[in-house]
Amino acid sequence: MEDIKGSDGLGDTELRLGLPGTSTATRSAKRALPEGDEESHDELRRTSAAKAQVVGWPPIRSYRKNSFPARKVEAEAEAAAGLYVKVSMDGVPYLRKIDLRVYKGYKELREGLNNMFKCFSLGELSRREGGSGSEYAITYEDKDGDLMLVGDVPWEMFISSCKRLRIMKGSEARGLESRQH
Amino acid sequence: MVGGFRWAAMFPDEVWEHVFSFLPADADRNAAALVCRAWYRIERRSRWRVFVGNCYAVEPAAAVRRFPEVRAAAIKGKPHFADFNLVPSDWGGGAEAWVEAMAEGWPHLEELRLKRMVVSDDCLELIARCFKNFKVLSLVSCEGFSTAGLAAIAANCRNLRELDLHENEVEDNCLHWMSHFPESFASLVTLNIACLEGEVNVSVLERLIGRCPNLKTLRLNHSVPLERLVGLLHRVPQLVDLGTGKFAAQHHPELFSKLESAIAGCKNLKSLSGFWEAGPTYLPAIYSVCEGLTSLNLSYATLQGPELIKLISRCKNLQRLWVMDLIEDDGLIAVAASCKLLQELRVFPSDPYGAAQPISLTEHGLVAISAGCPMLHSVLYFCRQMTNAALLTVAKNCPNFTCFRLCIMEPHTPDYITRQPLDAGFSAIVESCKHLRRLSLSGLLTDLVFKSIGASANCLEMLSVAFAGDGDAGLHYILSGCKNLRKLEIRDCPFGDKPLLDNAAKLETMRSLWMSSCSVTLGACRQLARKMPLLNVEVINERKRGLPLELQPDNCPVEKLYIYRTVAGPRSDTPSCVWILR
Repeated sequence: MEDIKGSDGLGDTELRLGLPGTSTATRSAKRALPEGDEESHDELRRTSAAKAQVVGWPPIRSYRKNSFPARKVEAEAEAAAGLYVKVSMDGVPYLRKIDLRVYKGYKELREGLNNMFKCFSLGELSRREGGSGSEYAITYEDKDGDLMLVGDVPWEMFISSCKRLRIMKGSEARGLESRQH
Repeated sequence: MVGGFRWAAMFPDEVWEHVFSFLPADADRNAAALVCRAWYRIERRSRWRVFVGNCYAVEPAAAVRRFPEVRAAAIKGKPHFADFNLVPSDWGGGAEAWVEAMAEGWPHLEELRLKRMVVSDDCLELIARCFKNFKVLSLVSCEGFSTAGLAAIAANCRNLRELDLHENEVEDNCLHWMSHFPESFASLVTLNIACLEGEVNVSVLERLIGRCPNLKTLRLNHSVPLERLVGLLHRVPQLVDLGTGKFAAQHHPELFSKLESAIAGCKNLKSLSGFWEAGPTYLPAIYSVCEGLTSLNLSYATLQGPELIKLISRCKNLQRLWVMDLIEDDGLIAVAASCKLLQELRVFPSDPYGAAQPISLTEHGLVAISAGCPMLHSVLYFCRQMTNAALLTVAKNCPNFTCFRLCIMEPHTPDYITRQPLDAGFSAIVESCKHLRRLSLSGLLTDLVFKSIGASANCLEMLSVAFAGDGDAGLHYILSGCKNLRKLEIRDCPFGDKPLLDNAAKLETMRSLWMSSCSVTLGACRQLARKMPLLNVEVINERKRGLPLELQPDNCPVEKLYIYRTVAGPRSDTPSCVWILR
């Protein structure tokens, strides 16, 4: 049988898809074609031998395709899509929207909010997560509709439960903080 | 027959009927029916179980007329490749014609099993209304019905023993269909709702199974949460076959111990399946029943190798194992060491399109199983690499294979070490396994493998071929050999007109032939149809070509071809992309 690598020995360096040791698909060039029908059958074969997404191959039923890889793809798609939440600030007439996935943690979130609302705030949002000593505190509304102080739970858990953000005036926030302790 | 002597009259009909009742297979009854008119008459009146392998092979009314006393019928519709979306969705396989004829002629029907058919809610309602003693409804790989149809079954089939819904596509429009089982209904033995997508009212289910003392099989769907499984199991400790619902929950030590004891309480458990979203947390809850298990289906669980090994090595009496390729070679080596009674193994791909990290499941796993499990006779194996040497070893280790289906996922993959086609490997399989009834090929294959198959595979009944062969000779070897071949399905192979026309007579000895993306022309199909009046030659061309098929020239390529023997003539329910040539 023909050596698939080819006589020039460069087969090893050939770029291809798939695991090492496997050949690429489409070997249609090797097949004997029936007399006279080359064009139409070639077209059929080329279409049917197209690499990605060959219909019905590998032969598994559709509900099996959904169990593992689709979930990974879904998860990846979810991760890629933004997680936009509204941000309101007391005393500011309009709201903003931010993508929580853009931030790696609470520090970046505070910095981002600082930048966004710089022109309105009378001082910096405190370095301590929404803590007292500043004019404002960052709070959020969670899945259950409760008003929570930002910073208590791990970041991943926070972004999965945060529905909207609210930058509260210091006086109100101090009341919130003392309630939470 | 000698001068008018009617030897069959030596005994009264009842005696012959009694004799025939010992004939185990339909084939034997069919043979008896051909001996003489008397036997034909007696046999047809005493046959109560009928199997129709192709719903279009015979007119429903004719079947019902010939066997008036049937109590149990099994009917199959679409060709097997419909499972992989190769058959147009409107191709056919509707169940109405059969259900109507059966309602008319078999009012005493007790069991109906349909596979790959389109079953409407109207069909289900007809079944529910017309068969007063209906006991068993089994729908496998069917579609076209909804939970509203199931409600009709639940409400009306007072003696229902089995409701077995396996891998169907069911529309969910009646949330409370299970509430339609009357309070007095208590006859269930099997309830399999694993394929239902929608929510199940677990409280209703609990009450239902709680009043069915003979329930042996319960397969839940993925919507049933793990917490509720505990309550369900307490109602049916006599269970033999359990399909869990979702097998994951937040970690709760209390839930774990409750689950563990509920499962341990089912002392007759032999078969486990389900395990959707199963993780390592709750898996140990089933350890107590592992030793008694004969069947384990983990093919929906994305468990990793080490967890799988811990579980399966406890299942010393396992006969059937279905698992994902995440088990890897190491896992299969462990299976080979622990499961000495294994008869059937299926390894499914977790990642069919190769997007994720490569899995270490190779030919080594298959060889290990073949060496360690002397009773192995049925294999379905998805992998990415294979060698002839491995197949030779497997063939030597397992001469008793009845079913060997190997799917190397990349088409045309050769032996990865020698770069040779896998002809030698598959030839070894067919030469060694003299009882092989079913074979699926894959990898790089030339006409040589078909020569071996044609010559050696004398028991082969079903052959699946994809992306293989060099030319017409390949198909000719198969059709001129393989004397017991019943079903042949081929896709993407360079097989053309000549072997079909040269072996036309063979096609009448088979149930069906499917060929798609091959090199067959319309002209050959026309010739075949003219030559063989007892075949339906269905040409399925979905691409628009301007002219209708009747006006296309002989050299027009055939995209998909489905040929089957029939005594019913051309069917009348073909969609626009299907032409039956005459």
